[in-house]
Amino acid sequence: MELELSSPAEFAKDKILAIQDYAMLAGRAMGNLFKRPLYLGDMMQQADLIGFGSLPIVVLTGFFTGAVLAVNSAATLGRFGSLSLIGQLVSISMVRELGPVLTGLMVTGRNASGMASELGSMVVTEQIDAMRALGTDPIKKLVTPRLFATLIMLFFLTIISDLMGLIGGNFVSTLMLGLNSREYWTSAWQTLVFSDVFTGLIKPVIFGFIIASVGCYYGMSAKGGTQGVGRATTQAVVAASVLILVVDFFVTRLLYVLLGFH
Amino acid sequence: MSAPTLPIPSADPVVTESRGDAIVFEDVAIAFDQNRVLDGISFRLARGECKALFGIAGSGKSTILKLALGLMKPDRGRISVLGQDITNMTESQLSEVRRHVGMVFQESALFDSLTVKENVAFRLMEERDVSPEEIDRRVKEALQFVELEHTLNMFPSELSGGMRRRVAIARGMITQPDVLLYDSPTGGLDPVTSTRIIELIIKQRDEYKTSSLMVTHRLQDAFIMATHHFDKQTNQMQSLPRGQQGEVPMSFLLLQDGKVLFDGDAVELKKSQDPYIREYIS
Repeated sequence: MELELSSPAEFAKDKILAIQDYAMLAGRAMGNLFKRPLYLGDMMQQADLIGFGSLPIVVLTGFFTGAVLAVNSAATLGRFGSLSLIGQLVSISMVRELGPVLTGLMVTGRNASGMASELGSMVVTEQIDAMRALGTDPIKKLVTPRLFATLIMLFFLTIISDLMGLIGGNFVSTLMLGLNSREYWTSAWQTLVFSDVFTGLIKPVIFGFIIASVGCYYGMSAKGGTQGVGRATTQAVVAASVLILVVDFFVTRLLYVLLGFH
Repeated sequence: MSAPTLPIPSADPVVTESRGDAIVFEDVAIAFDQNRVLDGISFRLARGECKALFGIAGSGKSTILKLALGLMKPDRGRISVLGQDITNMTESQLSEVRRHVGMVFQESALFDSLTVKENVAFRLMEERDVSPEEIDRRVKEALQFVELEHTLNMFPSELSGGMRRRVAIARGMITQPDVLLYDSPTGGLDPVTSTRIIELIIKQRDEYKTSSLMVTHRLQDAFIMATHHFDKQTNQMQSLPRGQQGEVPMSFLLLQDGKVLFDGDAVELKKSQDPYIREYIS
């Protein structure tokens, strides 16, 4: 493929146009929730694919993240004789940060890529044009159900991931470090305050929006046959993953300020 | 009935829209990345007429169909479909117009995750006020029309190219639209399947009086359409007697360098002395 160099002005114009297209797609997809038809059947199907389908990887990721967190912190906490704080540490880390972010990244790898490749294939084989020709709005039929299914399912997947992380931490604490299980759960539970849970549950909603809107955007704007679909898939995963990590920082900081957490 | 025709080449054509027009293009232009594909195209398609669009690859034939359906917006000019100006319509307004227009895409564009039945019924299912029994009846009727009623539960990947094209025709005509747009319906198919598809298009034209725009590279397909009619009794197309040929509502439109080089019926096309046209039809 020939490499084409564009001027900085053209490059900036392209990027601004892409952001505008993305914003319009996301806006229309959100707005469609208040217009008929609602495509509840498609929404349920996507919820099943995204939610139930992602369950095994989310369970495994959550469990082993919690476990490795306990293993790594045991050495440091043990030095200060504070091994009993493992429950607190795993709980705070999982609920506030690792649960939402890792679940988001896992679902990005699995579903943002799936959305980009599925919609991209439909674009290059003219199926999207055919849908428009048949009088159906593809954003309403394809993007809106994916967006809301991801948003809702990521919320629940994150809760499951948090719980699995705590179970993983408990597994290491009791079986490898010889700590009391009841003590672990009590400290893990009691350390959590409203702002921790709120922060941990607002993030998956934002990440879910990012995953679906970015995946669908790259899919719907795919060009150039199968190679274009492959490129759209890669770009969707990279963009959604980076965006999740960047947005995570700003959301965390914003919530710290809003909730008066220091 | 003779095919309504337009005067042959005109440098600055002005098309007068009448109540009987299915599609009107007025001075339409569109460019892709500095490449002007259509540069002041004007023509009209009368109700009940079939117009075959010709031109070399990349001359903008498929673009004309997409413009007529509102899938693309022109840079300049005006397009009206069934008496409505669609040039600046929003997507939701276009949806209304598209209910009366069917399209058969170049590569069929069937939804690969849906069965043949679901593909054909797509538009009816989206309308949501049609009962499942009515949908079943109309799907069977449409598939019978293209002689594929046995493929109901098959997926597009299980069908041959010609069968996919026929399913696409069934999908396009299930709501009996006023206008049908065919994008290379016989492209890449063997002569037997091509003739079968042309027969279906003639059947649609003569039985349902559907107006249609047909993009094709095969001049012989359009000449068959100009010299045959559909005989209901034999359920086959029949050649018209020599004196009656050219009396079917069929016209030809030839594009060159983004402009209309010829717009007229088969007789006028054959009589044309334009060197490019002579070379094209030879």
